[in-house]
Amino acid sequence: MAVINADLRVTANELIAEETWALRFQSPELAAQLRPGQFLNILTSDQIDPLLRRPYSISNVIGDECEIMYSLVGKGTHALARKRPGDTLGVLGPLGNTFGYEKPFGTAIIVAGGIGVAPFPFLTRELQQREIPLITFLGARNAARVVARGLANLHVATDDGSEGYHGTVIAALDAYLAMHSIAAPMIFACGPNPMLKAAQQFARERGIACELSLESEMACGIGICQGCPVERHQGERKYALVCTEGPCFDSNDILLHEHHHA
Amino acid sequence: MNTTYTLGTMHLKNRVLVASGTFGYGNEAAPFTDLSRLGGIVTKSVSWLPRQGNAPTRIAETSSGMLNSIGLANVGIDAFISDKLPFLRELDTSIIVNIAASSIDEYVEVMERLEVESGIQGYEINVSCPNVKEGGLNFGTRCDMTESITRELRKRTKRTLIIKLTPNVTHIGDFARACEAEGADAVSLINTLVGMAVNIHTRRPVLSTITGGLSGPAIKPVALAKVFEVYKAVSIPIIGIGGITTWQDAIEFLLVGASAIQVGTASFRDPDAGVKIAAGMEAYCQAQGVEDIQELVGGLQIAAGVAAPGFVKAR
Ligand SMILES: Cc1cc2nc3c(=O)[nH]c(=O)nc-3n(C[C@H](O)[C@H](O)[C@H](O)COP(=O)(O)OP(=O)(O)OC[C@H]3O[C@@H](n4cnc5c(N)ncnc54)[C@H](O)[C@@H]3O)c2cc1C
Ligand SMILES: Cc1cc2nc3c(=O)[nH]c(=O)nc-3n(C[C@H](O)[C@H](O)[C@H](O)COP(=O)(O)O)c2cc1C
Ligand code: FES
Repeated sequence: MAVINADLRVTANELIAEETWALRFQSPELAAQLRPGQFLNILTSDQIDPLLRRPYSISNVIGDECEIMYSLVGKGTHALARKRPGDTLGVLGPLGNTFGYEKPFGTAIIVAGGIGVAPFPFLTRELQQREIPLITFLGARNAARVVARGLANLHVATDDGSEGYHGTVIAALDAYLAMHSIAAPMIFACGPNPMLKAAQQFARERGIACELSLESEMACGIGICQGCPVERHQGERKYALVCTEGPCFDSNDILLHEHHHA
Repeated sequence: MNTTYTLGTMHLKNRVLVASGTFGYGNEAAPFTDLSRLGGIVTKSVSWLPRQGNAPTRIAETSSGMLNSIGLANVGIDAFISDKLPFLRELDTSIIVNIAASSIDEYVEVMERLEVESGIQGYEINVSCPNVKEGGLNFGTRCDMTESITRELRKRTKRTLIIKLTPNVTHIGDFARACEAEGADAVSLINTLVGMAVNIHTRRPVLSTITGGLSGPAIKPVALAKVFEVYKAVSIPIIGIGGITTWQDAIEFLLVGASAIQVGTASFRDPDAGVKIAAGMEAYCQAQGVEDIQELVGGLQIAAGVAAPGFVKAR
């Protein structure tokens, strides 16, 4: 199989929650190759501004269609929201590594914050196919922003208490684990940086295996610009590249800092 | 139609190269493009020791452009020779190694290591580097230092020697003249322009280094004017760089005086951009009945009586 760098046909683009969209495009080649945790580098418009592609996690694969989820932020996502079925979308991928869902563990604990939920419908499906038990904690600003589709065994936390647990998703996980025991858990986390830092600390304190899916500014997504470093915990090289060595990292291997996106 | 071009001792298939720092060491982009259809590959800057590069944030998109503060992150000369060169050497395209250093001795040492290696057709010298002996002053902003680097390196190689000029100077033509006088085969320009981005929510600079290098379509008009200025100043070939994204952009650079061009930031948008630009240039020449693309170099038509802009000194 070869990597794809092509204009693909959009088949759907719809609002699925407050300021949150799901976009589908057709590509049998990508559908056959993509694995949970990987991402695609997408040209959000044909114009020269925004200049750079934007990376998006693969959310799910449905037949020969691929789906991404995005929340409206700036130039790129506003351009994406204007795409209609039949339009073309410049897609480059598959890129990056996958979640370590084939590692030995008992139960997957999925921890998602905001649009960090994006990679998890696909992961959920793969875990279910392997009959691996999973539990999902999803944090959102409010009930209107909860994106539950494709998730399983879901526990919601909201900042304003409008749905589920009132507080952070890590606090919700903490409260759950105080009441229930999970055998050989492994955390898979994706979301804003403060949430990832909290997940990293939570896992370290309890000795739970944990993988974090990171974000970074990216100019290329394929390892040619050196623009996406994440600091490594130890080793000869100070930085790893999020695009080619990630985006999924063992939480013990990396250091997270303030500068990462809030 | 003839697309080939000889630059110094180096034979290029066509006039499109990919720019340093925007194409890694060739292997990363190989799955996305046909490297054998490029005129050449200019490697990421290589220094004597590996460089870890700057802390994040290293990238900020700007209007039709981007800022970077990569900090010359590279594998260093040993790993370049052992891990990167074997792949590059096998490619059916010209390989130009870009050298960065913090002293003239370091430039010389890196080149001397490379001189004994096969598979390298030329060097491009990144003089936009801080000189530690001069308190971090950028080599490329001082004519005398650019001159010394060119002189010392010219003595040591018969391979094609290209000096890459920074636009962050008042009279870029003076720098090009110094390179020509010391025997450089060509000058390439422009490197990035100093720029800055500010986050109003945090009231902080976006880049960890506060300022960075601006590149992409946003800088193309500046780059065209600099190439034109240098074309009026020297007779050695010029390699035009700056925001080239389409074949039309490339033709503009030839018309103002570039003999070849480099594709930089555009490869981030599309790693196949260089190949597409080369194909577009060839199709244009065929459509226009151009026998040899050399006809276009410096072919800008300026109406009689129109004086060259004030900053342009006559040759
Ligand atoms: C591996 C990876 C996977 C990603 N997956 C998804 C995904 O599945 N869904 C999704 O919606 N987004 C995802 N992102 C983020 C996405 O690439 C864009 O950064 C985001 O959509 C904003 O783009 P924009 O053009 O709308 O905003 P821009 O115009 O680029 O930015 C607007 C503002 O937001 C800030 N900003 C820029 N990039 C980010 C960022 N990454 N996170 C937070 N703030 C930022 C900027 O500083 C700027 O001030 C992912 C990023 C990475 C690296
Ligand atoms: C991310 C990035 C890294 C770069 N690294 C180098 C480098 O290592 N050495 C160098 O001489 N120029 C480097 N450059 C400058 C480019 O080679 C080129 O001169 C400049 O970006 C202008 O061309 P463009 O607008 O087509 O990108 C870099 C540019 C970018 C955007
Ligand atoms: S985004 Fe360019 S190297 Fe990672």
